[in-house]
Amino acid sequence: MAQLTRRAAALNKSLPAAILAARGLATASTSPITVETSLPFTAHKIDPPSRSVETSSQELLTFFRDMALMRRMEIAADSLYKAKLIRGFCHLYDGQEAVCVGMEAAINRKDCIITAYRDHCIFLGRGGTLLEAFAELMGRKDGCSKGKGGSMHFYKKEGGFYGGHGIVGAQVPLGCGLAFAQKYSKDESVTFAMYGDGAANQGQLFEALNMAALWDLPAILVCENNHYGMGTAEWRAAKSPAYYKRGDYVPGLKVDGMDALAVKQACKFAKEHALKNGPIILEMDTYRYHGHSMSDPGSTYRTRDEISGVRQERDPIERIRKLVLAHDIATEKELKDTEKEVRKEVDEAIAQAKESPMPDPSELFTNVYVKGLGTESFGADRKEVRTVLP
Amino acid sequence: MACTTGRGITRIGNFSRIWSSPCRGLQTAVHDQSPPQTKSVNLFSAVNQALHIALDTDPRAYVFGEDVGFGGVFRCTTGLADQFGKRRVFNTPLCEQGIVGFAIGLAAMGNRAIAEIQFADYIFPAFDQIVNEAAKFRYRSGNQFNCGGLTIRTPYGAVGHGGHYHSQSPEAFFCHVPGIKVVIPRSPRQAKGLLLSSIRDPNPVVFLEPKWLYRLAVEEVPEQDYMLPLSEAEVIREGSDITLVGWGAQLSVMEQACMDAEKEGISCELVDLKTLIPWDKETVEASVNKTGRLLVSHEAPVTGGFGAEISASVVERCFTRLEAPVARVCGLDTPFPLVFEPFYMPTKNKILDAIKSTVKY
Repeated sequence: MAQLTRRAAALNKSLPAAILAARGLATASTSPITVETSLPFTAHKIDPPSRSVETSSQELLTFFRDMALMRRMEIAADSLYKAKLIRGFCHLYDGQEAVCVGMEAAINRKDCIITAYRDHCIFLGRGGTLLEAFAELMGRKDGCSKGKGGSMHFYKKEGGFYGGHGIVGAQVPLGCGLAFAQKYSKDESVTFAMYGDGAANQGQLFEALNMAALWDLPAILVCENNHYGMGTAEWRAAKSPAYYKRGDYVPGLKVDGMDALAVKQACKFAKEHALKNGPIILEMDTYRYHGHSMSDPGSTYRTRDEISGVRQERDPIERIRKLVLAHDIATEKELKDTEKEVRKEVDEAIAQAKESPMPDPSELFTNVYVKGLGTESFGADRKEVRTVLP
Repeated sequence: MACTTGRGITRIGNFSRIWSSPCRGLQTAVHDQSPPQTKSVNLFSAVNQALHIALDTDPRAYVFGEDVGFGGVFRCTTGLADQFGKRRVFNTPLCEQGIVGFAIGLAAMGNRAIAEIQFADYIFPAFDQIVNEAAKFRYRSGNQFNCGGLTIRTPYGAVGHGGHYHSQSPEAFFCHVPGIKVVIPRSPRQAKGLLLSSIRDPNPVVFLEPKWLYRLAVEEVPEQDYMLPLSEAEVIREGSDITLVGWGAQLSVMEQACMDAEKEGISCELVDLKTLIPWDKETVEASVNKTGRLLVSHEAPVTGGFGAEISASVVERCFTRLEAPVARVCGLDTPFPLVFEPFYMPTKNKILDAIKSTVKY
């Protein structure tokens, strides 16, 4: 519960509390509510956790707000990209928000997360700010990677977020290294190494899995199965799209990744398992509304009906909205107000990020080695630039 | 005949296309006397034509890679699956090491395996297969086996805003590996002829396509089947004061610098290397012996880039003829940057400055 309070404080602030207070529910805000997950968990070589998830008014409102914020951030990033204010390659997370917020609700910041290039929302979940996110997207100084990484390379060291990695699948072995360090230092924390269904076919994933199992590392491999590896449907690319079983000797759990509470339950379960017994695979059945990246309209390899069907039937935000209304935690208007406020917050962050200067040109040469390259640049074109190792 | 169309290099919208002097030393497989039918197409369409011809002329040719069944992210494989079927043109999972290993096996059975790696930046998981398996197959089996039918196509280089993992130029890594060829075309016409040569060459080839030019470079390209020779450089602009050597997309930048230098009275000779290994030392040597000066330019970082190899070879061969140190105008020794791409790139003005300081040395 302390964690929830901290999360609410970090991510937002007063609104859930304000709603609860206004409704005279403040004292009841943390009293447990039990909700059944939408679907049962499917397990491989392990007994699945219970479908009954304990939550609270506070948590549901925080889920709602956090996911609405993430959704809004990604939609705004889409516009900024189209306005050419964001350059480089940009991969959006809208649709998959429940995986991020559910996971965060089950773990703490001593636990590590490492993911691929679809990393904006994970960064936010780890306590990153909208300003840092938008500034990074636009390559500005105030970005979380000083504007040097861009969309695909968000990091947050103090939040245990080991970042956004560019090559499909390459982050998973790194995650096992993080887990080894955690086990060695006996700090009772775990690593969530995230990858997509496309990356699940990379060879290095199996190398990482073997090492993690061999050495009982507290590594949780989270396969965010959004059903398309770039433009190729999972069944065209994978003989067995049952990714939770792909570990063979490693247990796995298939989770409704559109249900934040199911994700929370699974991650809590996985963390306990990993600390005691070593690695486990969590397959999150989820969906991305956008295309793979900004150059993919996302409609050539799947039907519009499929996308709108998921939006209507399984949307993670709508699911929480329904729960909030069903338990009479907030009114429809209050939730709409939350969305409006979130929108404003995003707009403000964008305005602020636009004010942030570009990094100094000398930053081109810093951080290549510990001492940089001992060099300076003299403008884009006219002067020769000499690089000298220190 | 077909020569007059050999130089349509464009890169950035406001650069005009260059048609001026007739090209030299362009040898094609087009031998018939009647002028060939040509059509104005861009680079990805030229690659697409070459792939159509490769599949059409050899029933044992296959095209595969990530998303190629739908035409690929750069549209190079559009229409192939429809015409030749899903058994010969197919999507692979996202697993570069697997794709190349699979391609080597396919080629070892006497097939033409044309594998696509979606971006050159993604080729590194396959590096082991290329370096240790493909390159040495023939040698270590005493010529019992080979994977000569293997061609790995991959887009390389800057696009203006690609960032760290969609912009790199990894050619030099592969130039360190005897047993494979590395080929880079500069234009649509070159791309088609060189790709067909690469596919039909009895050695494994890494074929790097300048992705910046996919849509920007438009040129008259013969519609029929033709091949351009590998390991033959081409003097695409004659001059007497300095030799410039480059390949791929960089040539258009260098050509602009040559034109600006000309306005200042400096006559530049521009050489397109086309094949990086095994490379045409004789053409470069002859040119440097004529001009007495050399400038090499590429997008990859300067240290350990292929420019270093050219520079060392020319110093060995033309030492007494050189009037100035060899100039290298290349990418900087940093990771390929996102917002700092304009600083990183070997731009026209950087080249022009180096031309002037080399000539005045």
